[in-house]
Amino acid sequence: MHLDIKNISCGYGESFNIKNINVGIEKGIFAGIIGPNGSGKTTLFKGLTGDLDLKSGEVFLDKQNVNKLSLRKKAQRIAVVSQHTEITDMSVFDYVLMGRMPFRKHFHFFESKTDIETARKYMKLTNVYRFKDKPMSELSGGEQQLAAIARALTQEPQLLLLDEPTSHLDITHQVQILNLIQELNEKLELTVLIIIHDLNLAGEYCDYLLMMKDGEIFVQGEPSEVLNYQIIEDVYNTVVITRENPVSKKPVVFLVSDRVMKNTK
Amino acid sequence: MSNKYIKWLIFTVVLVLLVIFAAGFSLVTGDMDIKAGEIASILSSKTGIEYAVLKHIRLPRIIMAIAVGGGLSLTGAILQGIYRNPLVEPYTLGISGGAALGVALVVVTGLHLSVGSFMLPFAGFTGAIVTIFMVYFLSIKKGAIDINRMLLIGVMISFVASSGMMFLMSMTTSDNLHGIVFWMMGSLEEPNTMLVNTVLYASLGGLFLSYFFARPLNALRLGQEKARHLGINTTVSVRVLFVIASVLTGICVSVAGVIGFVGLVIPHLIRIIIGSDYRIMLIGSFLGGSFFLLVSDIIARTIISPNELPIGVITGIAGGLVFIIVLSRAGLRNRVT
Repeated sequence: MHLDIKNISCGYGESFNIKNINVGIEKGIFAGIIGPNGSGKTTLFKGLTGDLDLKSGEVFLDKQNVNKLSLRKKAQRIAVVSQHTEITDMSVFDYVLMGRMPFRKHFHFFESKTDIETARKYMKLTNVYRFKDKPMSELSGGEQQLAAIARALTQEPQLLLLDEPTSHLDITHQVQILNLIQELNEKLELTVLIIIHDLNLAGEYCDYLLMMKDGEIFVQGEPSEVLNYQIIEDVYNTVVITRENPVSKKPVVFLVSDRVMKNTK
Repeated sequence: MSNKYIKWLIFTVVLVLLVIFAAGFSLVTGDMDIKAGEIASILSSKTGIEYAVLKHIRLPRIIMAIAVGGGLSLTGAILQGIYRNPLVEPYTLGISGGAALGVALVVVTGLHLSVGSFMLPFAGFTGAIVTIFMVYFLSIKKGAIDINRMLLIGVMISFVASSGMMFLMSMTTSDNLHGIVFWMMGSLEEPNTMLVNTVLYASLGGLFLSYFFARPLNALRLGQEKARHLGINTTVSVRVLFVIASVLTGICVSVAGVIGFVGLVIPHLIRIIIGSDYRIMLIGSFLGGSFFLLVSDIIARTIISPNELPIGVITGIAGGLVFIIVLSRAGLRNRVT
């Protein structure tokens, strides 16, 4: 699905937290939003999910204006994975089945066979099927995040939005989840837009990056263009060194402490 | 997966049987000795003092217990669901305080004598509705309900209402005082058939309507934001459910008085037994509440017979104790979701 963000601005209350956002993301692209805290990443994300109303501009999915869709229709096309999964006592299976909600009508009281099969398929794909009967609250952070992704996939969306899904996980789970998203992105031709703090993970996994600063997109493009030491210094006010990963040929960002910096001068 | 539905079905059938059993037991319990075997013949004869006792005293009580118990428990389940907080129930939101103040005002001014006895439930209903909407609108902050604020405002309004009531009680005659206290303690005795029917239809209607929102209620278990991501119009659902809950509680309280703990305890017990899926929670809470109030009423009528304890005493003590026991065993962590 082709995502077109046309000149949107939005924010909390009267103020504009982000403005003049113009982005086009091709179908099947794995795109990342990066930028310092307070640069507007989450505001942009909430503008896309509909949690915040757009003050101006439009968002199109394959030429269809997203804001003209009903909530239900929208949920059939866009799935959202938040930073935290809600701690609930429902079983993983029931939780994943929630993803079928946009397809059920008011008095579709019971889950259909398709509902159950779809949920099962994505639970297997995300490797959460083995603990399908466990309550969500008893899973580890990484397992909860996997279940949340399974739930999102069960919506069979064309666009998957993720808000820092790996931010409080160890590297094993970070890599596991990002590998999974990448795999799904290729296998299902799912368009992915992810907020990601870690520049190295962003560089390694994303095909396209949006670097935000002060509520606007400072630069966008392929990781090798965006993760340039000069751009990062401008946006983050931090001195960094960038190199190429010898294996993946993707950009890698190194930090240098002040002490070392002084001594090397 | 179909195991789940079979479990629900069995659970519902068991609850229905419990309600029928308790209702039957209630029918043969009382000062006048009526055997279970005679009931059919008494009811068909349509004459005699036994018929009058069954038809005009015991049967309305049973209907009241089923309707009020079910109604209060259902509203508790709904409110806990939309606000995802285990402490929210009609009474913690100040509704009983408001209703009681309304009734006290009528008793003190004597409106129920001059205008008509319907003024009591009317004032109770008005008091309840005014309070709950006041709490609702005062707890809106930046267009959204702040649930902690809502609970605090509910408790504060309860305080103000009970102070107002104490003021009225200190100023009035002892006859009026008795009337107010009697109403506050709650009672399932209601001689007015029309009021009994109103409560019954309101409860059943509330149960029926709430089922249109079983799906949104389930989605709301993940929070409003996530429910919206799943395509649920949470604003509309929450508002409609809130109105259903408020009106239903208002009607129950205005006719039966303040019967505490049903709305808080029963939904939690049902959750612990069968889980929080609202497709079973709604009917489960309703039937559970009906059964609980039927049993409480039987105890209230028999324990110090021929006198009668206020039913609120039984529901408070029994409900509270059972709840503490179950809670200390099962744990309430995240039970609401």
